[in-house]
Amino acid sequence: MRLKLVKDNTNFDFFGRWKLWLGISLLMMMIGFGSYLYQGLNFGIDFRGGTTIRTDSTEPVDIAAYRDALEGLELGDVSISEVFDPNFRDGQNVAMIRIQAQDGQEAVTVDTIGILENALHSIDPDMKFPSVESVGPKVSGELIKTAALAVVLAIGAVLIYIWLRFEWQFALGAVAALVHDVVLTIGVFSELQIKFDLAIIAALLTIVGYSLNDTVVVFDRVRENLRKYKKKPLAEVLNISINETLSRTVMTSVTTLLALTALFVLGGDVIRGFVFAMIWGVIVGTYSSVFVASTILLYLGVKRDWSKTDPKAGGQYANIDA
Amino acid sequence: MLQFESWKRVLIWIACLAGLLLAVPNGFYTRVEQHNDAVAAIELGADTPENQEMAAQWPGYLPSSLVNLGLDLRGGAHLLAEVQVADVYQARMEATWPEVRDALRPLRSTVGTIRKQPSPVDELRVRIGDVAGMQQALETVRSLARPVQSLTGIGASDIAVSAVDDVIVVTLSDAEKLATDERTMQQSLEIVRRRVDEVGTREPTIQRQGTERILIQVPGIGSAAELKAIIGTTARLTFNPVVNRTNDGNAIAGAGNSVIPSIDEPGQFYVIENAPVVAGDDLVDAQPSFDQNGGAAVSFRFNTAGARRFGNYTADNIGSLFAIVLDNEVVSAPVIQSHIAGGSGIITGRFSVEETTNLAVLLRAGALPAKLTFLEERTVGPELGQDSIDAGKVATMVAFVAVLVFMFLSYGLFGVFANIALIINVGLIFGLLSLVGATLTLPGIAGIVLTVGMAVDANVLVFERIREELKTSKGPARAIELGYEKALSAILDANVTTFITAVILFVMGSGPVRGFAITLGLGIITSVFTAIFVTRLMVVIWFERRRPKTIEV
Repeated sequence: MRLKLVKDNTNFDFFGRWKLWLGISLLMMMIGFGSYLYQGLNFGIDFRGGTTIRTDSTEPVDIAAYRDALEGLELGDVSISEVFDPNFRDGQNVAMIRIQAQDGQEAVTVDTIGILENALHSIDPDMKFPSVESVGPKVSGELIKTAALAVVLAIGAVLIYIWLRFEWQFALGAVAALVHDVVLTIGVFSELQIKFDLAIIAALLTIVGYSLNDTVVVFDRVRENLRKYKKKPLAEVLNISINETLSRTVMTSVTTLLALTALFVLGGDVIRGFVFAMIWGVIVGTYSSVFVASTILLYLGVKRDWSKTDPKAGGQYANIDA
Repeated sequence: MLQFESWKRVLIWIACLAGLLLAVPNGFYTRVEQHNDAVAAIELGADTPENQEMAAQWPGYLPSSLVNLGLDLRGGAHLLAEVQVADVYQARMEATWPEVRDALRPLRSTVGTIRKQPSPVDELRVRIGDVAGMQQALETVRSLARPVQSLTGIGASDIAVSAVDDVIVVTLSDAEKLATDERTMQQSLEIVRRRVDEVGTREPTIQRQGTERILIQVPGIGSAAELKAIIGTTARLTFNPVVNRTNDGNAIAGAGNSVIPSIDEPGQFYVIENAPVVAGDDLVDAQPSFDQNGGAAVSFRFNTAGARRFGNYTADNIGSLFAIVLDNEVVSAPVIQSHIAGGSGIITGRFSVEETTNLAVLLRAGALPAKLTFLEERTVGPELGQDSIDAGKVATMVAFVAVLVFMFLSYGLFGVFANIALIINVGLIFGLLSLVGATLTLPGIAGIVLTVGMAVDANVLVFERIREELKTSKGPARAIELGYEKALSAILDANVTTFITAVILFVMGSGPVRGFAITLGLGIITSVFTAIFVTRLMVVIWFERRRPKTIEV
């Protein structure tokens, strides 16, 4: 007896309410974007400069006491938060302290860090500092530019690849889905104010890759079915294709989510934000390849006769099936 | 698609075996690491019994390359430094002034008085008394120009000379600035490398980034502050004649002199002559040692030119003071007791043994040509790194088992094939990572876990396709064949697009992100390989043996 998450021969109608789905996506994107405009992202020091210190103490973390100890050092904006993780040993209490980039300094000087550590040692002389990171405003400005460029480049490269392999309508559909995923991910990071740092950019690009992977599999089947059912309306062909690949879509999403969930729970707090982004991305990416990419494709329409190759049209590389 | 020629089969198994063999050392990380260190030490001549024993821990016929652990896993310090290349322009301009002065002196009758003017750091401004002589003055100064010594700057001269009213403005030409920057960077890199190497940590990374930056990563060092202390100090050592001792920091020094503080006597200042008798450039060796009273000291030795100058100076100035100046502070100012010939000496002060060790390192390495500013610094403690490794290991195992169980439940025997392929796949990733000497970072572990999840995708695509083909009742052989054939284009397209993003991540990313891109990219290659060759080969072998009439996928 096999475990089957999706029954054989499903025949869901994915496009009956396409306006509703597209509407929901648009609404979500607007909420995400609005949140971004309203409260912005909680940038980590990678992107806005400053210093973070991870403290490790046997005493429970008393944020007010930490704040008192650091008050008077005139370090500007200081944020302190306790970190929880199931991997911590008994009596291991961890907090993250972040201070803003100091005026006129490229990176926080050794002296500043020394003063900070001394102040914290007054609370618990045995406190350890397992990680100290400091990024100057010059580098953080460059990092954010490079990161944005990387995301744009990735989306651009994909646009070109799909255009060559399929047709421009497919490329636009796929890219619309990607933009959807990226906006929603940035939106959720803004809404929940999770720390947004360099690793999250890596997660974003992985989401781009994953979502695309999913979209391309569906599109590949659409291309095949367009050759097979020459007379059927496009909506029906799309629906058949999505239903046929549904089992695979769900299987792959589930295995990936299984692996990522293990990492989210057990992988430690250092990469939790990163893994969260990927989990969110897998869910959103799976949704978008069905409800955004395919819907856009339906809306744009597509060349129906794939039987003979037309060298003038796009898709001249479509028959390189290795 | 069901035919596999035997040479292909052999090749596939060989590829898998080779990959797995390369991955094996990572399973015995500490042991292999000790073996490698010991072998390296023996090659350098340290053939001790302990090293022999360490080396014997791992058989020599097995591969011994390991995946490098990134700073976030091993612990260590990371610094991004910017070299203030413009510092060198100032020094160059200061050195040009005497040349210009000497060249213009014979022309006093036409150009009048020659006076240096206050000027920006990268310019030399000289005012002449008689504007009528400007043309001749300019020509004379221009004749001091030398050709630029670099490949791109051939034909250009090193200084640009122009006139503003009665002032001659000398600047470095753009070509010379480029050439100077390049030299400054090379020199800085070399000195940073020597200083870090002197401390003797494992596998430091010292890389040039962009035009003016140096990336320094040293695993195993306690903190970025420690690393800065090693590389950041300029350590310019000079021996200067002492004019006077004073307790007034604002004392008037007089032309060519300056007032500098003592390093260990608060309130004590020395007026010294700026032009040193001997400088650190003439040092050939410096070692930590002890003085007659057993205090920590640094002994040093000059080269021949330095030894001669030092000898002559001490012979001529017996009874007077001279100052040993380190980075603009007087370390000590002893009285010259006798003519010091031979060019070696000893620096005493209130040093600790550790300080003398560091000072000796700094003196040996030479001075940095320009100041470094630090743009980024990160320290990760070894415990945090170890915690991350432990957490990553557990998470990977759990993820692995979950996916294996899920695949078996979903696809039965075919799931088992996919699972074997998945195990080979992870082995191959580690094998390839070791082979290319890649660095595994925490996001890199996440990349592997993600690959575990996504690697089955190619198999899932094929299996689902076989299921579909079975529905149209073509018989098992044909269904398997069609399943592989028709799934191929989807597999390739899906993976090429993901691979594109991995490449972009690698090119644009830095540090841990790059580590993630490498594991993701390698994971894509190995998972496609295992899906379309390894799993298929297993399915084919099984099918040939059993010849089942019906199959269930």
